[in-house]
Amino acid sequence: MANFTLNINGTKQEMDVDPATPMLWVLRDHLKLVGTKYGCGIAQCGACTIHLGDNAVRSCQLPVSAVAEQKITTIEGLSENGDHPVQKAWLEVDVPQCGYCQAGQIMTASALLEKNPNPSDTEIETAMNGNICRCGTYTRIKKAVKLAASSKNV
Amino acid sequence: MTQIKTQYNRRSFIKVSAAAGGGMLIGFSWLNGCKPNTPEPEPGVAVPNEWFEINGYIKIGDTGKVTIYSPNPEIGQNVRTSMPMIVAEELDVPWENVIVEQAPLNTGWYQNQFAGGSLSIRLSWNALRMAGATGKRMLMEAAAKEWGLQVSDLAASEGIIKESNGERTISYGEIASKAVGLEVPEEVELKAVKDFKLIGTSQKNVDGKKIVTGEPLFGLDFHRESMQLAVIQHPPAFGMKVKDFNEDEIKGMPGVHDAFIVDTSFEDSDRFDEKGFLQLITIVGNSIWELLQAKKALKANYETVGELESSGMHSKRLEKALVSGEVQESRKDGNPDAAFKKAAKVIERTYTAPFIAHNTLEPMNFFANVTEDSAELIGPTQTPEALEGSVSKLLGLPLENVTVNMTRIGGGFGRRLYVHFGVEAAAISKKIGGPVKLMYTREDDMTQGTYRPTYRSVYKAGLDQNNNLIAFTVKGAGLPEGPVFPNRFPAGTVENYSAEKIKSETNVTTGAWRAPRSNFTAGAEQAFLDEVAEAAGKDPIDFRLELFDRAINDPVGEEHEYEAERYAGVLKLVKEKANWGKTEPGVHRGVAAYFCHSTYVAEVFDIVLENDNPVVQKVWCAVDCGIVVNKDAAKNMIEGGVIDGIGHSMYSQLTFENGAPEQMNFDSYQLIRHSQAPKEIEVFFVENEIDPTGLGEPGLPPAIGALANALYKAKGMGHYHQPFISEKQIVG
Repeated sequence: MANFTLNINGTKQEMDVDPATPMLWVLRDHLKLVGTKYGCGIAQCGACTIHLGDNAVRSCQLPVSAVAEQKITTIEGLSENGDHPVQKAWLEVDVPQCGYCQAGQIMTASALLEKNPNPSDTEIETAMNGNICRCGTYTRIKKAVKLAASSKNV
Repeated sequence: MTQIKTQYNRRSFIKVSAAAGGGMLIGFSWLNGCKPNTPEPEPGVAVPNEWFEINGYIKIGDTGKVTIYSPNPEIGQNVRTSMPMIVAEELDVPWENVIVEQAPLNTGWYQNQFAGGSLSIRLSWNALRMAGATGKRMLMEAAAKEWGLQVSDLAASEGIIKESNGERTISYGEIASKAVGLEVPEEVELKAVKDFKLIGTSQKNVDGKKIVTGEPLFGLDFHRESMQLAVIQHPPAFGMKVKDFNEDEIKGMPGVHDAFIVDTSFEDSDRFDEKGFLQLITIVGNSIWELLQAKKALKANYETVGELESSGMHSKRLEKALVSGEVQESRKDGNPDAAFKKAAKVIERTYTAPFIAHNTLEPMNFFANVTEDSAELIGPTQTPEALEGSVSKLLGLPLENVTVNMTRIGGGFGRRLYVHFGVEAAAISKKIGGPVKLMYTREDDMTQGTYRPTYRSVYKAGLDQNNNLIAFTVKGAGLPEGPVFPNRFPAGTVENYSAEKIKSETNVTTGAWRAPRSNFTAGAEQAFLDEVAEAAGKDPIDFRLELFDRAINDPVGEEHEYEAERYAGVLKLVKEKANWGKTEPGVHRGVAAYFCHSTYVAEVFDIVLENDNPVVQKVWCAVDCGIVVNKDAAKNMIEGGVIDGIGHSMYSQLTFENGAPEQMNFDSYQLIRHSQAPKEIEVFFVENEIDPTGLGEPGLPPAIGALANALYKAKGMGHYHQPFISEKQIVG
């Protein structure tokens, strides 16, 4: 066990955990921030995607000891009122079916748009390819990413 | 004008009482409900008690807000939006004033629900309409009484009751409390379909905001103070049983509270109890990460108690079954053998598909709190009633002492019809004497599933000299159930026809997987028909329409399980929408149509080859599911079905070696990803006034046929063995 001070969604959090614990389980078990989902545990499905600084990362492969001072953002902290352009676009296109993967999809999409405000179809596919949607909402996700991109540029 | 009864033999389907905080509370039987104009059951058949079970509620508050308490499991079909729309339509209130709420947990109000077989809307349609119409009628009666008028002097719309020949108006909210003491009308009038204002529009998912902001909705998100966590370990192979493990070492690991072998077996199990491993190593603690470390450190001994099967063995077993297996169901019209002898051309093809896992993205999990005399279960299940029964048997508790409540479900696809994970949570809770949440890892989930069976079917067709289809036979075997529906298409369209559904055996656990058997049959049959059409020199759509003409005008045999006009209808619609017959150079087209779960779907696929790899450019879907309730959500279901169909037929398989699944996680088990999805999907609905039918499953089966047919055009070779990606012509 070791002590860590983490900066999560703008709040400092003190923890005493095994340094190898992946952020996914720190968030879910220790902080009860369960919007970040477990899907595979081996960085293949993207359900656990969070932002480390400005980058979308798979929290199931990110040990708490590797985080240090870096800012962590989860789906709960993406916007104050659920009104991030990507979240709004998701609602407008009515993307979700079961909804389980969508937090991860939204976190990947929002990180993509920060870096590339006008992604092409291929760039969207490439960036989003690590996020599985078992219900098959891929065409809607792409539509929502484009909608978010256009509304961000207005 | 459609009238609907609200009672049968003086037993009412509706109960009305005062709502807490003011207003009117209408309770009704959400599922099953009553049937329109047919309160008389068939002679000798008792009206099931469930019809009278009050498990749906509408609250009309004195502010005019209408709260609909939705009991149905939400596995992503969007019924928590579309079902309340049906109530709001008949009640005639503005959708903006409607709040949809999940049943509060632990009330016991909302047991005995079910989500499977694309039945949710089909079973609830009449009950939901009746409940809404009863509310409207009673509010109007209350207003009439207040004003000293007759109900016929009033009109109600959008939550306002108005005097037809006067100025007075009153809102539902203002009159709601006064409707409480009135007698429930015996019969109410339903709206004419042409007067629908809400049904047929597109309304957003009522839970959308909660989903995109990461609120705790799912079983895996459920938390209760003092709850512990549990993980399990099952034997590595079907046919094996846990003997013992390094218990002392595991118990001494950080964060481990307890470790033991739990026994989940009980007498008198039924089909929803399907599970290959009844004894499981269990590790209990407070942190999943620590439990996973302990799981890694397990050293267990297993004993072999059954055959250790491999995929090679499965193929041989299917081949043998086709020759000498037990026929479960069959049909024969005319004399196919004689017809093949005189046929000018005979075409025969064999199709296969592997076992596949459900892989819901939320792995199996459940919360249980078992005490001396009660059991409380909370989690993602499609069949709470079956779970309740199984837990009652396992613990020897009376049914009424077991409660099951549902969370949102992170994907179902049939997997959560099976209840063992809830049973396991109950057994673990009993053993530790406290509340516990059991979580499967992805590997656990994938390697102890209730898989889609592996299949093998042989199709054979005979054409005469004029290229008429004179004989058609299909023999299909599965491990265990055969993938043949003897009375479905093309039954009724061919003079000499036979279909045999053949059973075989396996100790690999199997079950319903989205559109059971149809998920294979549609692809095989529709791909085969295209090759027959080609041999006959006919256009694939014209060829199918000719067959439907036969079923319409002069059907062969006594019955068939489809309406040929509606089948032909979706084909004609997709033909028109896709502009069939006109394709750009380099674009390869395939079509398929299929009927299952009471819904007809036809699809056209356009494929291009990029570096010899097929890319689905566009998909057109034509759907006849009767009345469409929530249009955009209905399109979403069909789009998902198309993508799921492509994904599993193209990429997914679960193979076995020595009884062990060879794929354990998404690194080796391929699921379709963003870049492999169609670039565009368009969905069109046939407009009619037929009661709505399901959408959860019917979009998937024809996608496999249309994909195979487009691939045939693109590659010049048939695709007979799923997953298509492993057929050489695709990879190379």
